[in-house]
Amino acid sequence: MKIHKYDTVIVGAGGAGMRAAIEATKRSRTAVLTKLYPTRSHTGAAQGGMAAALANVEEDNWEWHTFDTVKGGDYLVDQDAAEILAKEAIDAVLDLEKMGLPFNRTKDGTIDQRRFGGHSRNHGEAPVRRSCYAADRTGHMILQTLYQNCVKEGVEFFNEFYVLDQLITEVDGVKKSAGVVAYELATGEIHVFQAKSVIYASGGTGKFFKVTSNAHTLTGDGQAACFRRGLPLEDMEFFQFHPTGIWRMGILLTEGARGEGGILRNKDGERFMEKYAPVMKDLASRDVVSRSIYTEIREGRGCGPEGDHVYLDLTHLPPEQLDAKLPDITEFARTYLGIEPYTDPIPIQPTAHYAMGGIPTNVQGEVLADNDTVVPGLYAAGEVACVSVHGANRLGTNSLLDINVFGRRAGIAAAEYAQKADYVELPENPAEFVAQQVEQLRNSTGSERVAELRRELQETMDANVMVFRTEQTIKTAVEKIAELRERYKNVSVQDKGKRFNTDLLEAIELGNLLDLAEVMAVSALARKESRGGHYREDYPNRDDVNFMRHTMAYREVDSDGKDSIRLDYKPVVQTRYQPMERKY
Amino acid sequence: MSTATLDKPGSGSQQDASPYITVVFRIRRFNPEVSDEATWQDFQVEIDPKERVLDGLHKIKWDLDGSLTFRRSCAHGICGSDAMRINGKNRLACKTLIKDINPHKPITVEPIKGLTVLKDLVVDMDPFFQAYRDVMPFLITKGNEPTRERLQSAEDRERFDDTTKCILCAACTSSCPVFWNDGQYFGPAAIVNAHRFIFDSRDEAGEQRLEILNDKDGVWRCRTTFNCTDACPRGIEVTKAIQEVKRALITRRF
Repeated sequence: MKIHKYDTVIVGAGGAGMRAAIEATKRSRTAVLTKLYPTRSHTGAAQGGMAAALANVEEDNWEWHTFDTVKGGDYLVDQDAAEILAKEAIDAVLDLEKMGLPFNRTKDGTIDQRRFGGHSRNHGEAPVRRSCYAADRTGHMILQTLYQNCVKEGVEFFNEFYVLDQLITEVDGVKKSAGVVAYELATGEIHVFQAKSVIYASGGTGKFFKVTSNAHTLTGDGQAACFRRGLPLEDMEFFQFHPTGIWRMGILLTEGARGEGGILRNKDGERFMEKYAPVMKDLASRDVVSRSIYTEIREGRGCGPEGDHVYLDLTHLPPEQLDAKLPDITEFARTYLGIEPYTDPIPIQPTAHYAMGGIPTNVQGEVLADNDTVVPGLYAAGEVACVSVHGANRLGTNSLLDINVFGRRAGIAAAEYAQKADYVELPENPAEFVAQQVEQLRNSTGSERVAELRRELQETMDANVMVFRTEQTIKTAVEKIAELRERYKNVSVQDKGKRFNTDLLEAIELGNLLDLAEVMAVSALARKESRGGHYREDYPNRDDVNFMRHTMAYREVDSDGKDSIRLDYKPVVQTRYQPMERKY
Repeated sequence: MSTATLDKPGSGSQQDASPYITVVFRIRRFNPEVSDEATWQDFQVEIDPKERVLDGLHKIKWDLDGSLTFRRSCAHGICGSDAMRINGKNRLACKTLIKDINPHKPITVEPIKGLTVLKDLVVDMDPFFQAYRDVMPFLITKGNEPTRERLQSAEDRERFDDTTKCILCAACTSSCPVFWNDGQYFGPAAIVNAHRFIFDSRDEAGEQRLEILNDKDGVWRCRTTFNCTDACPRGIEVTKAIQEVKRALITRRF
């Protein structure tokens, strides 16, 4: 075991982690621990753009953006946070441009902007061009630009260091962050990082679904580490299903395709979104479009021999426009489906895409131990966190924005905290939990296989807690997850070595996914209403009287060591917008 | 049943001929904890030829041999984790479909060349990233920053578009015979990333970067074999970019 000491430790090197690192490195001695090489993060897979009311191409302002964000989130958004997001969006985009990001340009040489789902002029009048973009590889450009600036600032990275535990020490009755424990993939060695402040920026949990746009590595490691140590997870029942994933594969095809004029069609060639969202049509918010697609499929208007998908039609757009604005997604269609998007529509289906919920934080990125108590020294930003700026459904282009605005805020706040704070004493045997976990998995002779348990988990999640949910389907999922968690105790790995043991890491990742899937299902079962991404067929309406509140899930352990989930709730912050019926 | 994808009755696919075929993956194995020698190992996998080589590797790892080790993440050609040598050519395993590489013969999979193999298909990427860092891969400007964005015409933006696509997968650099023979050469990827800034109208450090690449281990080592261009999974015209840097060094115009 090695012990390292840093002022600030950042867990994760995607957009939020690197944006935080650029700020933290200027202010404190910072280490970034990342399970992948920095430019491998899934931020790079984001395509369509980053929202900001620059008003470069038409009238726009941050207040409209705030409204759209609140409405898009089905009023579960904390409005103070949404105001910050929309207001700071403008500088966030300009900062990236100054760091070198190659945005597409207007004729005047300013940053070009395009339409995106749920973003509107004057509180829902008509779509507005708010998404700042670089072809359909905006996330790639953000990731590269942030890494470039990390190189410039001399940010210190520990690549392929896998954080497995959050260390918390109680000082005078207050739980404080003491550091993290990491597993070095190359050597199998365990490292303890003592740090005055820790920022989680480790991304989402999408891999508990089967059809997902998420990378294999998005396994909720940060959420699981904090949850296991008694910290709450907020709004985990809210998961976004992006309308346009490549059929069966789930690979993302940007909403920018519809922003550029692409149309969704059923087997009769009908533009069905006109029925569901007369004003915004194909550019209604994602939860609305995903439900509409599945409604078409369920009512027998799906495409293909099994009627299990619909089409994204780009054939009416000029090939030059596709080449200039959507080069990557058209290439995906050619590579993975053998389809030429100039002439043929692309088969798509909704794909599990984004966790709205996560580790609760305030607007400084400080992690909350309950509804209002901050954990000193602990921060989170990006998809791992829940501020909550996305509420029950995130608007497209608001995630690239979120990582930049709140990554920056968390980086500054954590480094400034570290400048003033002292180190918190490490717990006794700080590496004990991780050492045991690793040794137990390595030495286990159990009969269960990681891949089989993961397959069963993903299948039950797709079948039971996806776009449409009922009490019965969610209960089926809860029971199945409990069974899988039991069987997980008997899981073994074949690779018993120390070097690059990815077999072992997949087992650990599966454990994280199982814990988080349970939180999601239990939270969903208790929310007897439909709101944003959480749609209950048995409770099809939003219920502001009983459920205009955030879910807070806690792990409880009884005297026999058996764990369970306790749910509590937190009020939503409302400033200027009263809940209204949500129409697009 | 919450989604209609799984519960369509009367589907005709049951009667269809199975899409699966048997494919042999011949994989270069190396585990220094077991032996100093690398060996070839064959695995038989039932797979739909429309699936990716990465899917085949996953089937092996998940169902046959958990110790098979490779990097991967996004699985659709964006993250750059899974560059490997497939049937003797550098490719991304997640962007190569089985049907496109003759599945009727064994498919050979090896680590990319020129970088130290650490285990199976995993190589040491640090020298690769060091060469990248050496070309100062970040925008450098002088004077005060503008309040709004820097202006750039659509044409000026287009000038360096091709080289912004790089995902740092190392497929190009590790396909270059000069790089194989001499690890000192910067390699195509680092030059591509220098090009991305040299030809960005906003950047003001082109001369510095050109001087770095004028080094004895710089662009002049390129022998124009076009391996890098063939290898690039993003379709970047790598050799052309290197030639443009060479020309800029001679003319000092860029």
